[in-house]
Amino acid sequence: MVARLWQPLGLLALIAVAAMLFSLAVGSAQLSAAQLWAVVQGQGDALARTMVIELRLPRALSAFAVGGLLAVAGALMQVLLRNPLADPYVLGLSGGASIGALAAMLAGVGGVLISGSAFLGALFSTFLVFGLAHGSGGWTPSRLLLTGVVVAAGWGAVITLMLALSPAERLPGMLYWLMGDLSYARTPWPPLLLLIATCVLLIPLGRSLNVLARGPQQAAALGVDVRPLEWGIYIAASLLTAAAVTTAGSIGFVGLVVPHMLRLLLGNDQRLILPACALAGGTLLVLADTLARTMIAPEQLPVGVITALLGVPTFLFLLYRSR
Amino acid sequence: MTRLATQDLIINVPGRSAGTALNLTIEPGQVWGVLGTNGAGKTTLLHTLAGLNAPRSGQVCLGNKPLSQLRRRQVAQQLGLVFQERLDGFPATVLETALIGRHPYLSLWQMEGADDYARAEAALEALDVAHLRHRLVSTLSGGERQRVAMATVLTQAPNIWLADEPTNHLDLHHQSAVMALMAEQAAQGSAVMMCLHDLNLAARWCDHILLLYPSGEACWGPRDTMLVPSALERLYRQRLATVEVDGAPVFVPIQAPLTDHE
Repeated sequence: MVARLWQPLGLLALIAVAAMLFSLAVGSAQLSAAQLWAVVQGQGDALARTMVIELRLPRALSAFAVGGLLAVAGALMQVLLRNPLADPYVLGLSGGASIGALAAMLAGVGGVLISGSAFLGALFSTFLVFGLAHGSGGWTPSRLLLTGVVVAAGWGAVITLMLALSPAERLPGMLYWLMGDLSYARTPWPPLLLLIATCVLLIPLGRSLNVLARGPQQAAALGVDVRPLEWGIYIAASLLTAAAVTTAGSIGFVGLVVPHMLRLLLGNDQRLILPACALAGGTLLVLADTLARTMIAPEQLPVGVITALLGVPTFLFLLYRSR
Repeated sequence: MTRLATQDLIINVPGRSAGTALNLTIEPGQVWGVLGTNGAGKTTLLHTLAGLNAPRSGQVCLGNKPLSQLRRRQVAQQLGLVFQERLDGFPATVLETALIGRHPYLSLWQMEGADDYARAEAALEALDVAHLRHRLVSTLSGGERQRVAMATVLTQAPNIWLADEPTNHLDLHHQSAVMALMAEQAAQGSAVMMCLHDLNLAARWCDHILLLYPSGEACWGPRDTMLVPSALERLYRQRLATVEVDGAPVFVPIQAPLTDHE
């Protein structure tokens, strides 16, 4: 039983480590395997060490954390809403975060204030959607989903309005933020620690989530306290998404596709899927970010474009050959 | 062994003003059949007894404790519910589906062990779906899915069974097999209550009957006092002919106007 979980997770962890090393070695100055090994051991020339440890490592760790957070948040939302199309952004979270970030950029502030403003926007949107979906009756998954989709559409219109009204010199920064850009990431530790903490907390809840995926009544009949669990998932998924969006802007696609790919390959046991999402989502974003900063170096591409270009064909292929 | 009892229970059916207050006691070993027309509240009654729906008034007691004071997990270790309708959710195999019956017994960090697998396999065997164990539930026929749902509750091994139309979608042989399984559970000390539409299954396999009228009225008692043609004709607003086969009454609906009641 336990081997059934550890084998795929071990494999995914190995792939993740390989992706990290690749991302550390590749860039404007390429490092050979020997040079990278020297740096990892704490030797090598000072320039290479500075480049790897102070520039590439934090960025790769940020990418890993953001990808992992988005994929786990997507997997949670899909269980909560029992809808395969749910992803961290469908409930209007990224829209709220984008408005916060763009407003800060329009106001001409930078750095921490953009992140803080994005975080507040995401939380505001979370509570707005939840409050509206609750309405006069209780909330149901379909009502939550519809409310989120409509609020997200509203945010989309506001974002377009802000872009139309903003001065031309600020536009590139705004567009990059909207497509996701890891050069905004400062320190990787907050999202990374959040990701680890989430995985540790979710593992014991995995079996309850398996039961919840079969519907709230079935779950209640099998001894799950459904309401607190659903609330917990919603709040957790919102926080994870807000943290990811705050670190790297709105990167689409990871939260939708990574959980599905893993479900097609590994089945539907959430005890396996959730940690696997953390590893595979992280790996996907590390690779995507490495490509984003090297393909047309010294220019950078928005990482969201790469996640989509990598993920769409892979996902369609897996879906096509699934039974 | 636990008994299920209700005290002045009125179930909460939307749009219904009142109804008979139910004071039922379902003892270990008894098999209860709930009969009633569509919309009479049979499913609502079972869900209320399981604690999934709040009653309008009164309470349900599991053993000697009100259901509302028990944790869901404690309830699930004693009481199992076979749903009439099931969501598909994400794809799952037959064996995985049966295994979730062990959920109430496993602690947070525990994985299913060999014993849990053995129970699930035995339940699949008992419901004649063991050969489907690696199939996805979504690819099964209605009757096979019904039997998988029964197997999940059998894996849960409750000593109170609430089954909402357990013979739905089943062919004749499997209807009989499922009813025999319920009787066997009762013989081993479980209390069983099921909603049924088939009067003849109720007449053959149940020892107590609860009649539920659309108005919210209800009456209950031992089978032989309840399954009388006049009461059933009033319940279903349908003329019935009665014949006796193997010592049990068999009811056949016939085309004739009701004369004795409105």
